[in-house]
Amino acid sequence: MIVFLIKRLANAAFVMLVVALMAFMIFRFVGDPVQLMVNEQTTQAERDELRERLGLNQSMPMQYLHFVANAVQGDFGISYRNQQEVMSLIAERFPATIELVLMATIISLVVGVPLGVITAIHRGKWYSEGLQFLSIIGVSLPSFVIGIMLILVFSVMFNILPAFGRGDVVSIGWWTTGLLTASGRAALILPSIALSFYQITLVMRLVRAEMLEVLRSDFIKFARARGVPAWRVHYSHALRNCLMPVVTMTAMNIGSLIAFALITETVFQWPGMGLLFIQAVTFVDIPVMAAYLCIVSFIFVALNTLVDITYALIDPRLRNAKA
Amino acid sequence: MTVNPSSPSLFARTRQSDLWYSFTRQRSAVFAAVLLAVLIISAFTAPLYAPQNPFDPAQLELWNAEIPPIWLEGGQWPYLLGTDTQGRDILSAILYGSRISILIGIASVVFALLIGIGSGLAAGYYGGFVENALMRVGDILLSIPTILIAILVSAIVRELLPPALRDVGAAGVLVLAIVLSGWVQYARTVRAQTAVERRKEYVQAAQLLKVPARRIMFSHILPNTLTPILVAATLNFGMAILTEATLSFLGIGMPPSQPSLGTLIRLGNQFLFSGMWWIVLFPVLQLCLLVVSVNLLGDWLRDALNPKLR
Repeated sequence: MIVFLIKRLANAAFVMLVVALMAFMIFRFVGDPVQLMVNEQTTQAERDELRERLGLNQSMPMQYLHFVANAVQGDFGISYRNQQEVMSLIAERFPATIELVLMATIISLVVGVPLGVITAIHRGKWYSEGLQFLSIIGVSLPSFVIGIMLILVFSVMFNILPAFGRGDVVSIGWWTTGLLTASGRAALILPSIALSFYQITLVMRLVRAEMLEVLRSDFIKFARARGVPAWRVHYSHALRNCLMPVVTMTAMNIGSLIAFALITETVFQWPGMGLLFIQAVTFVDIPVMAAYLCIVSFIFVALNTLVDITYALIDPRLRNAKA
Repeated sequence: MTVNPSSPSLFARTRQSDLWYSFTRQRSAVFAAVLLAVLIISAFTAPLYAPQNPFDPAQLELWNAEIPPIWLEGGQWPYLLGTDTQGRDILSAILYGSRISILIGIASVVFALLIGIGSGLAAGYYGGFVENALMRVGDILLSIPTILIAILVSAIVRELLPPALRDVGAAGVLVLAIVLSGWVQYARTVRAQTAVERRKEYVQAAQLLKVPARRIMFSHILPNTLTPILVAATLNFGMAILTEATLSFLGIGMPPSQPSLGTLIRLGNQFLFSGMWWIVLFPVLQLCLLVVSVNLLGDWLRDALNPKLR
């Protein structure tokens, strides 16, 4: 187990080092950092001093080491666009994204699991075939399209829900939350539905496939033969055996949801990390781009590693597999 | 290859194949195929009948701006679906935009297939260092969300291009971004299948006959790995169109001077609250029809080619 743990963690660390290398290369080679930070009045001497201070005179590997060392401490430098520390910019936006992603995850489970169970139990009925068909459409709709349609219907036509922003927020320490105010909760509804749409179809299809598998197994037949009511067989016996892969997929997908949230955040002008990133991309604000890449990849890799390790704890057979 | 006169023609063979049988039995597949054919043909023949060329600024007249669709009050012939604030005919813009979206989708899938199949075959056939290197690169690319790779590649390559080339090269940059984020899947599938196939007798026989390695890979092993690749390529064609639309929507794809469907949606999105819903709704519908028809076909193909479901 120790060997597996070390191998898996080393693998994750290696991936992160490569991601950091990519971020570093973007930082170093897309435009000259000095050129981007100075204005016309800066003298050559001042430029040289800045170059020295930024460590750009050192050898490439040394610069990379510095970059990694700083990144580990959460120091990604200063934003070219608004001259603030990148890390404080991101920390400010972090709660908004996390609230959106968690809300979307909850919605996808609450809606997706029952739909999956229904389509599995009533296979072949017109409504479950219809839901299956709808799920293909759900996979085909890009999330910005769903966002635009929701805004068109609920904000423009009926004018009952806000289409942009986060409403009023309350600060709890460094965390800001919109869940405690009425306008904050109203603002969260449309973006989280838009973000969860794709996830709902994934959960539904996974639960359906797993349920079909489990419903064929002997213990279900036995429970039925013993006269256990159908709803108990389905929801208590069968569903419980399907939930493991659903939990895994949900955990692993939180990483990609954070990445996908940037589209939803753009549509709804939600002040999260993703919107910050897209604005950075349009202004070629390299430090913010590099930091976002590192942070999102870190969350992604950390979740994957955590899931793998949990699996190995539960199932000893996986420990000997090639990590 | 010479055609043996006694063997049935390609047409007859198609008519008698299992795949054709399954196709005619599945209403949603036939529907999707017809829809997709209509969309593609209408997009590529658009210059023959579209009321205007939306890429040509000389044809845009400002006094024709903000006309609603023809069935609403104030609608005008020939602007069936209305015009935008520049006087651009929405229907023409959609048809020309679909052409760009489809072309970028096809190009990305083709290049991703070429890279993926080539590297996957080499890795699976030779094993060892080539295989390890490929798997590592794949691991790393898969540990970053694909949409993030596409956005970063697109943003950075555009920045590195000289400003004069940015608009002209936009389509190329998009294809590159989608290919770089999508080829790993093919490479992994082909590698896994090749690693199985190369241990089979027919490959060993060919090796004993001193058939060149390249020929063994491409004409002996490759045909046996194509089934899952075909399904993945169909579904990825839909994904590529979506990724292109997403990047263009975010403002790092096709420029407004040659709008794809995503660009049209981005431009129309600004008028969502001004009551001109037609500017955004029709491009959205066209994009959805396109991707839904591709995905329905892909779904059918996956089930039809899966021997377990026969």
